Amino acid sequence: MEKMIFGRYLPLQSPVHELDPRAKLLFIFGFVIVVFLANNILSYGILAVFTLLCIYLSRINIRFLLSGLKPVIWIIAFTFLLHIFLTKEGDLLFNIGFLKIYEGGVRQGAFISLRFLLLILVTSLLTLTTSPISITDGLESLLNPFKKLKLPVHELALMMSISLRFIPTLMDETDKIMKAQIARGADFSSGPIKERVKAVVPLLIPLFVSAFKRAEELAVAMEARGYRGGEGRTKYRLLHWQGKDSAALVLLLVLAALLWWARS
Amino acid sequence: MDIQLQEVEYRYAAGTPFERLAIEDVSFTIPEGVFLAVVGHTGSGKSTIIQHLNALLRPTKGQVVIGDRVISAGKKEKNLKSVRKKVGTVFQFPEHQLFEETVEKDICYGPINFGIPEEEAKKRARSLISQVGLSEEVLQKSPFDLSGGQMRRVAIAGVLAMEPEVLVLDEPTAGLDPRGRKEIMDMFYTLHQEHGLSTILVTHSMEDAALYADEMIVMHKGRVQKQGKPRDLFSQPDELAAFGLSVPEVVRFQHRFEALSGMKLDRTCLTIEELAEELARAKKRGEDR
Amino acid sequence: MKENIISINHVHFRYPGQTVYALKDVSLNVAKGEWLAIVGHNGSGKSTLAKMLNGLHYPEEGQVTICNFPLKDEFVWDIRRRLGMVFQNPDNQFVGTTVQDDVAFGLENNGIPHEVMVERVKASLQRVGMLDFLNQEPHHLSGGQKQRVAIAGVIALQPDIILLDEATSMLDPRGREEVLRTVRQLKEEQDLTVISITHDLEEASRADRIIVLNKGSVYREGTPEEIFQLNEELIKLGLDVPFPVKLSEILRLQDFEIASNYLSEEELVRELWTSNFKK
Repeated sequence: MEKMIFGRYLPLQSPVHELDPRAKLLFIFGFVIVVFLANNILSYGILAVFTLLCIYLSRINIRFLLSGLKPVIWIIAFTFLLHIFLTKEGDLLFNIGFLKIYEGGVRQGAFISLRFLLLILVTSLLTLTTSPISITDGLESLLNPFKKLKLPVHELALMMSISLRFIPTLMDETDKIMKAQIARGADFSSGPIKERVKAVVPLLIPLFVSAFKRAEELAVAMEARGYRGGEGRTKYRLLHWQGKDSAALVLLLVLAALLWWARS
Repeated sequence: MDIQLQEVEYRYAAGTPFERLAIEDVSFTIPEGVFLAVVGHTGSGKSTIIQHLNALLRPTKGQVVIGDRVISAGKKEKNLKSVRKKVGTVFQFPEHQLFEETVEKDICYGPINFGIPEEEAKKRARSLISQVGLSEEVLQKSPFDLSGGQMRRVAIAGVLAMEPEVLVLDEPTAGLDPRGRKEIMDMFYTLHQEHGLSTILVTHSMEDAALYADEMIVMHKGRVQKQGKPRDLFSQPDELAAFGLSVPEVVRFQHRFEALSGMKLDRTCLTIEELAEELARAKKRGEDR
Repeated sequence: MKENIISINHVHFRYPGQTVYALKDVSLNVAKGEWLAIVGHNGSGKSTLAKMLNGLHYPEEGQVTICNFPLKDEFVWDIRRRLGMVFQNPDNQFVGTTVQDDVAFGLENNGIPHEVMVERVKASLQRVGMLDFLNQEPHHLSGGQKQRVAIAGVIALQPDIILLDEATSMLDPRGREEVLRTVRQLKEEQDLTVISITHDLEEASRADRIIVLNKGSVYREGTPEEIFQLNEELIKLGLDVPFPVKLSEILRLQDFEIASNYLSEEELVRELWTSNFKK
């Protein structure tokens, strides 16, 4: 749990940290599409180098990043194996009884695993270099045009920021309740599945009760502080789009062009 | 049952960029039957210590001896239930742990987990509910229909129902009104005396430490800074002030009086009655002269 | 006689579906610039009263006037701008993801322009001594610090009244001291009216006036000296009395001469010395 990197924010100083969250969101969105342009060793190579460059620019310790990938390593390995055994293209490499491994399978497996890995690395970079509240601000701003379509953009953004605000609080709470129940002899980690599911009840009910109580008190506090919906509200956080933000997106276009040139 | 902490260190999130040292080089013994107060500011490591007393945390260095069990760094222990059965912990705001449909079932949850037959558990629930100052009809109510103070008492009954040999209390009266605070502390003290329980009280209240504890430990920045009898520790207010701690009102008053009068009372008084007695004696001495 | 900033006349209130009155014929006034403490055991109706002052409940009968606005739907937002509230649980009133966002929340709600907001956030945090924590997240703050941020959020709106609803009851002694010091300081700096709902004696004994609530009604009203004179009566109500009052009582039983009821230890020490020893 402690080594998880998803959704975690590392407050460092780096060119990537300083980008406008909208630029980073658009960049990621574009990157997810651009990744699919790669289809040979050269284009995947370009993509990998580009990702490493991004990581370098973010000043995030690559070892920390890789150790955080442990939970997904199995999914990647599984994808790789699936392709190796199921793709029957190209030359036959191995033939051990019923196991036939083709060159195409190995290539496909390697490419798809790499694509998956790069996507995870780049999206982790977004959360690692952007505080959750900036991501929310960025999303709210990018979604603003959809307000005309009656999308409750302000409410969604507020909900998201409140959830972000309360995640650590509820995590602490979960830990406390869990410990209190373990002290009363609860066992969350052993026994058959059925028992384990039952063991979660003493954890979930108090957690829900407290979350509801918090929600109620928070609503009262918000009202007391003058909250009455998005109408007539001003914003404390303003986003500033700068030259470097445009540059980041241009860089993405250059990458797309390079990949287009390199793909077969 | 004695509990011993030997050079215990604990780091949260060890080996990650979020690592944080909570306590280090903590050694002390809790002999059977003692009432120990652990005082210190928030963040001084008190809460981390009490989680070691029933093996909720495993030290990152050193070891904890609980009766005949040894919990040491780097060694995973199995079947810690036997430890937890003997050490009951009332956490801060224990009402947050209630979850059953009825008060009775909630009180029985602990004992049943530790293999006590249901009938016996129910019997304990019945006798405990009056001990914590509630009436028997509460047993069939939902804990969530009770007031905050009542919920607190039910939660405490749930821990007592395990009939532990050691009782760990983490700020058990936080947030209660003055009457509730006094009733609950008095109840713990009676239990302590009648059943010979070892009691460890983590508290911010120097008054409670003075009133109830035999021994006292002062925590500061993750280390044990002082240890001794409350009366001795409170006679040196400057040393406690160094850790940002005060002395009980009674003691503060006595020191003020001694400073103004230039007299010295025979002992550091821990209760208001003791103080009145000593003052009367001092006055009499003055008159006799 | 100073003008009244709050007046409550014969107010009755029941929670929906309840037959028992949470507030029964409550009448009281709060003068501009005073520090009023409202005490009572849990369930005495003090929190209900607090919520009513902020328009979170409306009286069933009787009238409430706050800053010249009658408590009615149409004025509730005006009232909330002038009466800022700090609640009991430091966590459940912290809306922003960081300290500065939280202070800004009330300002945003009231449509304060961005430039003014930036200034006020800084100034308010400066006044509660939390300026160094601008970008801190709430779970890295102590309870006392969170409450000071909540106070900054309140004063950023430049209210006339600040209402503390058991704002120190979940804090450790250090946090309690921090919060009380902050409020006292703010009150000295400007003409704030402070209402604190509490069972902390330290907090109550420093007030200009105390109102004791019991079972939804005003039980007594007076200066701290007058109220704590009640001694046994208060204890019966589930309240406590300050240490000097308790000690005086016991000393008198032992034939000490203690002329009046002192609330501060210093005065009692002096009285004890001069009338009993220094002869």
